Amino acid sequence: MYVAVKGGEKAIRNAHKLTAKRRRGDTSVPALTLEQIAQQLSHSVARVMGEGSLYDETLAALAIKQARGDLIEAAFLMRAYRTTLPRFGYSTPVDTGAMRIERRISATYKDLPGGQVLGPTFDYSHRLLDFALAAEDDGVLRTAETAESVDEAMPRVTDLLGDEGLMEPDPVSDEDTPVGDLTREPLSFPADRDLRLQNLARGDEGFLLALAYSTQRGYGRTHPFAGEIRYGEVEVEFFAEELGFAVTLGSIKVTECQMVNQFAGSARAAPTFTRGYGLVFGQVERKAMSMAMVDRSMRWQELGEEQVAPAQDIEFVLSHSDNIQATGFVEHLKLPHYVDFQAELDLVRRMRAEWFGRREQQEEGEAAPEAAQ
Amino acid sequence: MTETTFNDRTGTAADGDRKKIMATLAAATPEAVAEKFESLAPPAFDLVRQPETGLVMVRGRMGGTGSPFNLGEVTVTRCVVRLETGETGSAYALGRSKKKALQSAVIDALWQRPEARARIETDIIAPLAAAQKSAAETVRQETAATKVDFFTMVRGDN
Repeated sequence: MYVAVKGGEKAIRNAHKLTAKRRRGDTSVPALTLEQIAQQLSHSVARVMGEGSLYDETLAALAIKQARGDLIEAAFLMRAYRTTLPRFGYSTPVDTGAMRIERRISATYKDLPGGQVLGPTFDYSHRLLDFALAAEDDGVLRTAETAESVDEAMPRVTDLLGDEGLMEPDPVSDEDTPVGDLTREPLSFPADRDLRLQNLARGDEGFLLALAYSTQRGYGRTHPFAGEIRYGEVEVEFFAEELGFAVTLGSIKVTECQMVNQFAGSARAAPTFTRGYGLVFGQVERKAMSMAMVDRSMRWQELGEEQVAPAQDIEFVLSHSDNIQATGFVEHLKLPHYVDFQAELDLVRRMRAEWFGRREQQEEGEAAPEAAQ
Repeated sequence: MTETTFNDRTGTAADGDRKKIMATLAAATPEAVAEKFESLAPPAFDLVRQPETGLVMVRGRMGGTGSPFNLGEVTVTRCVVRLETGETGSAYALGRSKKKALQSAVIDALWQRPEARARIETDIIAPLAAAQKSAAETVRQETAATKVDFFTMVRGDN
């Protein structure tokens, strides 16, 4: 039986109006501008662009403002917006080796060519609240120190180890091999590493963090070292058919993480370090690291390891990493389920009636012999 | 190499120059492009392709150098114009500014006029490129100040 449920339009309309008012808050306080959000909440913006899988700082700032700072809701708005735009095509793969570096660290090599460059980071801070920021409108404006910049090459750490043959090489496929795209075909299994990396790149930071943490705590040990983390700008190029050459669209900021893990080797191949790879929009190191660790643990089959832990379960990880899908399914429980629930009510009433009926019979059965005595 | 659709040009060196011009315009803010555009005597042109915003899926490579994978999309706005003298100009840039795409395409078309090229390069492209270079240099110098100088503590042996 289908029961149409109508009504509530007015309540919904008013609830939306109220949300708009609450979002704005006290009107004696100036409204946030998109510029302020993009400039001063850049980590939130990066997260929304990454999980919304759409790089556009102003749009992400708008989404954050509209979502009142709810970053998953904001990512949802980004995903919804992208469906309204045509797809021009695919970029040439970005060259992270040519990144304009703003931060580059390695936990495996102290003296690597190009050096350790800390850049903007919360690392090494004491995590003490800075009340100077609260007291002054602009906070304490510190001008950054500058130093003579040297045009020193910054090779990837994994390339250095690769030169010695100590590092497994990157897998290289034929140029014609199709690259899986989750925005074109829904996820299906088995999922190759291209699909896995795309899924992780837009996956929920918290979910990936928890999985990566679980591998460190013994659920699928991969013994990772942060071989290198680099953050900065890379150029995006797109081959324009009508021009016959690749045009530079501009630069985007990305974080790349190379995790170096313990060995694989076989009778045929000498032992080498193995790797996990992380690449995300913006400065989101926690996620880039987590992505690299989870990427590595999902490679268990290819590297001849045993599957013992959740982080290695490709289907489990990929099916639950997307917070837009997850929130859709969890939060849909708030929508009316009156008819479903009515059916359940009928069922539980029937089950109880049967249960009481049986008990009555049983009691009668027990009472009967006593009466006979 | 086959003939390109526009300009009957096949020379890759010329494509290289044009690519640089287009890249400089793409990297500039809409405000900066507008300011330069307004300093020009605007030529008459037709729209070959309306300014249009769409998506490009950005690819990365596994491990940095391996097989490609899809990282996520960027917004891109493009436009093609034709001057009444026949030159066709194109623009492709990150973001959603249609005005910037249109103005960049016109500047690109003008650059292809031999008599206008030098002026476009010195009055428009050079200052935009200089501003971009100087901004990048500031970031580089600020970054360089955070480079770690390791030193080894020498422990006394006595």
